Amino acid sequence: MKHTMVALVEDRPGVLNRVASLFRRRGFNIDSLAVGTTEETGVSRMTIVLDGAEGIVEQVEKQLYKLIDVIKVADLTNAEAVVRELALVKVRCSTAQRAELIDLVEIFRGHVVDVGPQHLMVELAAEGERMDAFLKNLEGYGILELVRTGRIGMIRGSETTAVHQVESDEAALFHMESGRLPEGDLPFVSD
Amino acid sequence: MQISGADIVLESLKKLGIDTVFGYPGGVVLPLYDRFPFHPEVRHILVRHEQAGGHAADGYARASGKLGCALATSGPGATNLVTAIANAQMDSVPTLFITGNVARSLLGRDGFQEADITGITTPIVKHNYLVMRVEDLAYTFAEAAFIATTGRPGPVHIDIPKDVFTDLAEFEWPEEVSIRGYQPSPRVDMTAVADAAAIIDAADKPIILAGHGVILSRAHEELKAFAEKTGIPVLNTLLGLGSIPRDHALSYGMLGMHGSYEANHAASNADVIIGIGNRMDDRALGRFADFNPTAKIVHIDIDAAEHGKNINTIAPLLGDAKSVLQALIPAVAQNTHTEWLRWMDDMRAEHAHSMAIPSGPGLSVQQICASISEVNGDEVIIVTDVGQHQMWAAQHVKFSFPYQLITSGGLGTMGFGAPAAMGAQVACPDKAVWAIVGDGGFQMTMQELATMVDEHLPVKIAIMNNGYLGMVRQWQELFYKDNYVSVQISQPDFVKIAEAYGILGFRVTDKDQVDDAIRRANEHPGPVLIDFQVEAEDNVWPMVPAGASLSETVEAPRTQQEVSR
Repeated sequence: MKHTMVALVEDRPGVLNRVASLFRRRGFNIDSLAVGTTEETGVSRMTIVLDGAEGIVEQVEKQLYKLIDVIKVADLTNAEAVVRELALVKVRCSTAQRAELIDLVEIFRGHVVDVGPQHLMVELAAEGERMDAFLKNLEGYGILELVRTGRIGMIRGSETTAVHQVESDEAALFHMESGRLPEGDLPFVSD
Repeated sequence: MQISGADIVLESLKKLGIDTVFGYPGGVVLPLYDRFPFHPEVRHILVRHEQAGGHAADGYARASGKLGCALATSGPGATNLVTAIANAQMDSVPTLFITGNVARSLLGRDGFQEADITGITTPIVKHNYLVMRVEDLAYTFAEAAFIATTGRPGPVHIDIPKDVFTDLAEFEWPEEVSIRGYQPSPRVDMTAVADAAAIIDAADKPIILAGHGVILSRAHEELKAFAEKTGIPVLNTLLGLGSIPRDHALSYGMLGMHGSYEANHAASNADVIIGIGNRMDDRALGRFADFNPTAKIVHIDIDAAEHGKNINTIAPLLGDAKSVLQALIPAVAQNTHTEWLRWMDDMRAEHAHSMAIPSGPGLSVQQICASISEVNGDEVIIVTDVGQHQMWAAQHVKFSFPYQLITSGGLGTMGFGAPAAMGAQVACPDKAVWAIVGDGGFQMTMQELATMVDEHLPVKIAIMNNGYLGMVRQWQELFYKDNYVSVQISQPDFVKIAEAYGILGFRVTDKDQVDDAIRRANEHPGPVLIDFQVEAEDNVWPMVPAGASLSETVEAPRTQQEVSR
């Protein structure tokens, strides 16, 4: 089953590598991964679509949380969420076919963004099914080039997945002088 | 006043209470080494190989309960640390690894001794840093130590380009560290505790499976109190040994691939299994799919990802072993499990032969381990290497306190023993530290004898010399039809090696000499190397074949026919 997960991460060098490394290391399959900035400076949002059973997804979430740079993880799969993907498609299209193809693009609520005697470039932002159907329809004309961003998503309603205050309720205090040792000495430690 | 990055590193170590660094110099860390003499509070121990420095920091951390620290130069120095880092990660040991790197302008240009070391260590650390600004150094060290020692501890690696050591900045030590993506001390969920308590109270045949987490969170007293109140027998993972005294009435020793017959069968027949600070590892549990499928699993762990990772868990309890047990003890009912314990005792008595010390004329590792335990009592820290001797030590030493055993559990790193013992001895100068090692593993890191001599570390090294890579040979015998390949290993004259390093070395060939040899080593003020010439082809029993279930534990064959099958 496909799952759409969101991870809010610190916008730091190496963070994408940490996440990718985790997926590789644990053998989790990524269908798509989209990364971008968010409403908060210093925080990036990754939307990860992965294929796996329920238990796998739970492990992914927990393993993601173990990364220090990961601030928050959410699973949008069963949430009321708007999920979109952007595709740019260059389609073979003679001038004679143009009107018909533009009609098709409009049916799917896409846009024509570039035009030439032999081709048409169209964009479509859609969720999985509409995207699949659209691309299937274009196949008949001949897809010259295709690029997809991977899915992004957001929960409907006033609830957010934003960072705002994920602060720990017990603000972690750091005892400088002692170097923070677990409480209680071991019985044999000789000082 | 502005000081150099090198001074900031050393000031940070002092702030963190790190007074010992195991290191090896090289080009890019020269600016740091240049400043060591000006910070005499930080003792630098010059090892003979960076990997050994890393293992020494690991052994030091376990024996001292403090943060272990190892230092290496860029490129090969840094890559030599990798095994030690992976070892600390698998065994959750709080350690700080510092490497130098080439100057910032040279990063990524494949210059001399450059390695993408943070890229290499990312999958085997709890966290790592490449510090690109001298102003970030102090905070990075504070944060790194905080991460390494809190939650589920582990290695943190800091990589510092050469010119960051020489840049100047104010030394500003943070008052507090807080990381929004890292909350190491979850509040114990009392509803979950109540649910777990109900399961525990209703159990007829419960067992406790106590792992390293008990020791890491210093929960050994709580473990004892919990076991005594509920009357539940305690089994240990390899790294959990010492979390309950082995002579405690409720201690039933180690389970797993070479666990005792009674422990493995208790785990297979229990109706409730309470894992405490263990990670439900395959070497402890056997084939996951068949691991007691009807038992209800209660699992206390600080790492949520361990809950349900390998085994379905009905009652996960998130938190460190100490805080969860403190909440759980008042929630469970006073209880006894007389019948269940009798079942286990009967099984132990009936199958005692499976772990007996061999009665043959040859010198056995089992006997030596038992003697080291008996002669030294509670006055010894045992550090092992990896292989047969490790399992025999786990079976035959009566561990009675946390970290009396220091061993490479998760990664199974041959060569760990000698340098880790060295680190343990630095941490506990007044304790006897015995390294029980094989002739194979010892040859991987025996160059550290020089460090022991330099630093006056009176480690007692007992080499179980059988001329084989014993565990590999055992597997070739049992699972590859006696086809011995690359398993017979030659070795130098270890006594002469000892002499060459200027330490006491002698050979023991006779059963009757073992106790005296151990006493003689104890009485000698410096390091000692004993070459125990043990039986060449003994096997560790009982054994759960790889990929089998714990209930399929195989006992020692009692006759020659059984041996030759």
